[in-house]
Amino acid sequence: MADTSATSLVLLRGGRVLDPSTGLDEVGDVLLRDGKVEHAGAPLGEVRRDGDLTEVDCRGLVVSPGFIDVHCHLREPGREDVETIATGARAAAAGGFTAVCAMPNTAPVTDNQAAVGFIIRQAQLARAARVYPIGAISVGQRGEALAEFGEMIGAGAVAVSDDGKPVASAQLMRTALEYARAFNIPVADHCEEPTLAHGGAMNEGIVSARLGLKGIPDEAEEIMVIRDILLSRRTGGHVHLCHMSTKGSVELIRWGKERGIRVTAEVCPHHISLTEDAVEGYNTNAKMNPPLRTAADVAALQEAVKDGTIDLVATDHAPHHYDEKEREFSDAPNGIVGLETALAVLVTHLVAPGIISYATLVDRMSCSPARVFGLQGGTLRKGSVGDVTVFDPAASWTVDPASFQTKGRNSPYSGMTLTGRAKCTVVGGQIVYRQNA
Amino acid sequence: MSAAAIGKDLLGLAHLSAEQITLILDTAVPFKEISERAIKKVPTLRGMTIVNLFFEASTRTRISFEFAEKRLSADTVNVAVSGSSVSKGETLVDTARNLEAMKIDMVVIRHPSSGAARFLADRIQSNVINAGDGTHEHPTQGLLDLLTLRERFGSLTGLRVCLCGDVLHSRVARSNLWGLQKLGAEVGVCGPRSLLPNAIDELGVRVFSRIEEAIEWAQALNILRLQLERMQAGYIPSLREYNRVFGVTRERLDRAPRDIVIMHPGPMNRGVEIDSDVADGPHSVILEQVTNGVAVRMAVLYLLAGGRPELAEAAKG
Ligand SMILES: [Zn+2]
Ligand SMILES: [Zn+2]
Repeated sequence: MADTSATSLVLLRGGRVLDPSTGLDEVGDVLLRDGKVEHAGAPLGEVRRDGDLTEVDCRGLVVSPGFIDVHCHLREPGREDVETIATGARAAAAGGFTAVCAMPNTAPVTDNQAAVGFIIRQAQLARAARVYPIGAISVGQRGEALAEFGEMIGAGAVAVSDDGKPVASAQLMRTALEYARAFNIPVADHCEEPTLAHGGAMNEGIVSARLGLKGIPDEAEEIMVIRDILLSRRTGGHVHLCHMSTKGSVELIRWGKERGIRVTAEVCPHHISLTEDAVEGYNTNAKMNPPLRTAADVAALQEAVKDGTIDLVATDHAPHHYDEKEREFSDAPNGIVGLETALAVLVTHLVAPGIISYATLVDRMSCSPARVFGLQGGTLRKGSVGDVTVFDPAASWTVDPASFQTKGRNSPYSGMTLTGRAKCTVVGGQIVYRQNA
Repeated sequence: MSAAAIGKDLLGLAHLSAEQITLILDTAVPFKEISERAIKKVPTLRGMTIVNLFFEASTRTRISFEFAEKRLSADTVNVAVSGSSVSKGETLVDTARNLEAMKIDMVVIRHPSSGAARFLADRIQSNVINAGDGTHEHPTQGLLDLLTLRERFGSLTGLRVCLCGDVLHSRVARSNLWGLQKLGAEVGVCGPRSLLPNAIDELGVRVFSRIEEAIEWAQALNILRLQLERMQAGYIPSLREYNRVFGVTRERLDRAPRDIVIMHPGPMNRGVEIDSDVADGPHSVILEQVTNGVAVRMAVLYLLAGGRPELAEAAKG
């Protein structure tokens, strides 16, 4: 960084300042000084220009604590042709995210402190969104021996997960939850009972029956959800359930939370906006794991976001090269890109129909992820880190994957018109993204 | 009906209307007569190039298509792509590009992945005929089954037809199901629940878990081939038990309240899903199905090439 000596000031002027962590919701200003929040709330009038001041006109826009995505795949190391930490961090910033957590299913797997350090260094060079590494639960994600949690946490990892693969062994999951307690980090699980899900390419139901595709039943997820909740009850470890997709999972999480078990859960924008019908025509951009489910599941998940049973929204951003998706459905890889459409999908499908408020949206995308994963940010409280998202709640735009910052083009929202768009993303008091700037 | 009455491609019966299906069946009738002549050839598709692109072995279907193509005077090329070379990276999209570059007129594709025929059809100008894609559809098989039933019963309205066996993995079952329902037949399925799609009850079919009940109800049984690997994969305990519990045997048919037409898309596992004395018995129409297969495929090729139904009659002369 070049000019660290001079005081730097960013003034976000005249927006709707919305911070559920402090109960703030008023039209006013946010002032960041040297990377920290100095003021958030009432209009400031004249600001003393005792440094380099950047002023952003936020009239008509929402100014909130920066969005945090606790679940994305940045592909580096191993598949730099589909994404790098730099392109992923820029995509995140363009989507309004000030921080993202990178899953460890890279090649090689992020299962040791050196690999964690590599990601942190690459992220610093990118100078876009913050990138927090997630370490593997097991060495090589092979599901056998525990990886070195302590060293990875020491090097900067914020959680552990074997995401991309379920933790098939209940014993290994139990040990991981017990061992993780020393570090007070979540153990994030990709809930999928492997024998039930085996060979499945979409939701098991009437659409899979018609298309002749092998289905993945709800129970493949739910069996692991209840297993993890019970193991959390046994061990006291914090289990975080990734990308929930079924109504039944919601009911099980509610059951666990009512009993005070340390379970948290996330949902992806696609699982609360699309159904299995998106697969019609063998659309590989609607192929993901867990698969898109039914309208009843979508409704239950939306309700769970509203009432907090589901703690937060995460993207599961998973870029693939276009030709990997340009093939037979059953052979195409799972996953879609999500960083640059997440906000718009939530505004369009949850806020606009009146299911949740903007305050809830900001909580589930910023405050809650910070709380659940123990990360800085997620608040505009004075003195906290200057991570801020400015978005236009009314901006209507048509999704064109060709214009994405991510290298991935695999979006099921391509061509759809959505509402809500990030305008300006500030990380540590530095503007890292401005739309049309 | 206009020239493009059934569209550019034949990918399945799910998206065809009853009128379109009837058009194909009606067109097949005069083509059937051609196959009974001494010189079994008409110039209808002369100069057209058809590629039979088979990503999995299916001697029966390939030969039936080849006869249909040759009897219409088309130039044909058979391309057999083994599973191993597919996995080595020759992708379907590359295949599509190459076919397009070779300026062929039609492609008949058989592929182990559901949706593969549609995948190809979306990417090339040529007409695409689905000769079986994964566990999705096998429309010409469905059509020849419909034609065979129509010949036997005159009309399909109200006819009770039961699909017996591995409906879960059967492309024939799906094409039959849509085709029969569209033409007004009542459809039943019978087999172990482990071989029926979980959502089958939502598809408007009657579900029988005992073959005796299916026989009691049905006027025709379409007996699906049980793939031997289903036993290894644990869907059923043994072939022996399958025959004992679900097999269509002479004794079971003898107890039926009426004569039942017996169909099978082949190749048969005699002594498993069907006993030999049933397959070769008086109610079997299995060989008629084979004959009708050529006629139906001629009709499909003809209609996709832009032929008008009334010309099918003229093509004979
Ligand atoms: Zn996952
Ligand atoms: Zn993931």
